Amino acid sequence: MIALHNYLILSAVIFSIGVIGVLIRRNLIVVLMSIELMLNAVNLTFIAFSRYLGSTDGQVIVFFVMAVAAAEAVIGLAIIISVYRHRQSLDPQEMQLLKW
Amino acid sequence: MDVNLVPLLPAVQVLVTALVVTLRDLFIKDGESRGVLAFYSLVGLGLAAAEVFFLLGGRQEGAFNDSYMLDRFALFFALIFILAAALTILSAIDYVRQTGMREGEFYALILFATVGMIVMAAANDLMVFFLGLETMSIAVYVLTGMWRSNGRSSEAAMKYFLMGAFATGFLLYGIALIYGATGSTNLAQISAYLLDQPSEWPVYLIGGGFLLLIGFAFKVGAVPFHFWVPDVYEGAPTPVTGFMSVAVKAAAFAAWARILLYKLSPLDNDWVFPLWIIAIATMTLGNLLAITQHSIKRMLAYSSIAHAGYLLIPIVVGVEWGGLPLLFYLLAYSFMTLGAFAVLTSMTEGDESKDGYSDFAGLGFKRPFLALAMALFMLSLAGFPPLAGFTGKFYVFRSAVLSGHLNLAIIGVLNSLLSVIFYLRVIVAMYMEEGGAAGKSFRQAPFVYIAVAIALLGTIYLGILPADALDWSRRAFGSLE
Repeated sequence: MIALHNYLILSAVIFSIGVIGVLIRRNLIVVLMSIELMLNAVNLTFIAFSRYLGSTDGQVIVFFVMAVAAAEAVIGLAIIISVYRHRQSLDPQEMQLLKW
Repeated sequence: MDVNLVPLLPAVQVLVTALVVTLRDLFIKDGESRGVLAFYSLVGLGLAAAEVFFLLGGRQEGAFNDSYMLDRFALFFALIFILAAALTILSAIDYVRQTGMREGEFYALILFATVGMIVMAAANDLMVFFLGLETMSIAVYVLTGMWRSNGRSSEAAMKYFLMGAFATGFLLYGIALIYGATGSTNLAQISAYLLDQPSEWPVYLIGGGFLLLIGFAFKVGAVPFHFWVPDVYEGAPTPVTGFMSVAVKAAAFAAWARILLYKLSPLDNDWVFPLWIIAIATMTLGNLLAITQHSIKRMLAYSSIAHAGYLLIPIVVGVEWGGLPLLFYLLAYSFMTLGAFAVLTSMTEGDESKDGYSDFAGLGFKRPFLALAMALFMLSLAGFPPLAGFTGKFYVFRSAVLSGHLNLAIIGVLNSLLSVIFYLRVIVAMYMEEGGAAGKSFRQAPFVYIAVAIALLGTIYLGILPADALDWSRRAFGSLE
């Protein structure tokens, strides 16, 4: 039996990897993947707590989060394409039309 | 278990309108007038507003096991959102045509975002709140990038999306930790847990609260999570910027007031001090940076950061004194900001935005009504009596004094004085300089005039006769239970 805190530590680590990825990666697609990683780390937290508390709420929530993450990915990719058409680049550092 | 669907009425009304607009759009051939879509949207919003008034008169109820509470508080905010959506659509009708954006999608997305906001304001469950937030945010990401032929718009959409999705991650992690600590996402049960077991909270409950706080700070654009605001507000199509700075901000503050200020108030001690710092930093930095801007649109973006700072004062002040000023100031802020952005929208020529100070030069003689309205909105934003902004600020600072946060009130007043510099610069440009580019080939846009007139009436009315609105705000906040 793996204890609750192991899951929590794992998901915190994955979440941090996602945050660091968003902050330092220089390719929009990878940044988007890092955001998905953050959301999935949260899903793991929900599942772990759900199991620990013996309530199914957390597992139902995960389905909502997955649906929302899918919608976000669709919009994100569409926006990335629209940006790419203007700039032929996926590097967020080169987005200089507006002062960052 | 009974399913009571009546409280869903306003949100469903707006949702159905959005779907009708989306579908009707498909049956209009390219090149034909799409004005009817704006008409449908406005009628739908009007019906939703009528339903809100109908529900205000009756009993306020919850739905889905009280995870959705359409109380007076939610109805108050629903009216702000409906008003913001209607004024945005009115001022956007000509703008959307000139810039070649897709009309049907534009109106439909404004309506979808409004649905999300109403759900956010009524959410009595962290999960319902999250779904409302995402419904709103995803629609607004797209709206920001609607002007696809414009590189700035796409870039703004990209930045907004990245920052928004990033903030969503924090918010959701906060929700997960709070769920783990309290065993529920329902706010009533969470608040019961907090009251039951004072101070024996697991460490991740506090952590969850702070992650939630970070998520909210991102959404309202508070320092140090403000850096995306100026870029996104500048790049987005002007009517969308107005919509974002009013409705999105109001929705975030509605959820903040219900969740953090009210339901999680036992955690207050832990975050009053960080919030105090955030409020002061937000006001001061917003106003200081606004002074240095050359574009009025960007200046208004920084001014909206500063106003988020003023709005944080009632939140620092707490439940006892903060409710009334927060709601009233949001109402006042909505009118004056929507008005200012409606005037700015009307300054667009072809596919070019004219939003520099120099573009406004001489507007007072070319477009007397728009210039006068803009002048009054600026004075109101700066906090001159007898306009809405003054009354709002008065109650905000009063609540700070009454609750013993004298330092907050003093810093707030000093900031208001500072803000006069850049608001008056607009008026100086309009009346004392000449030769601006804007307004030369400016077409008569009747709908923009209607939007400006409504916002102007609201700004003056709330300034001169605030009693009704104050009473209304008090009762709205009092309905939280």
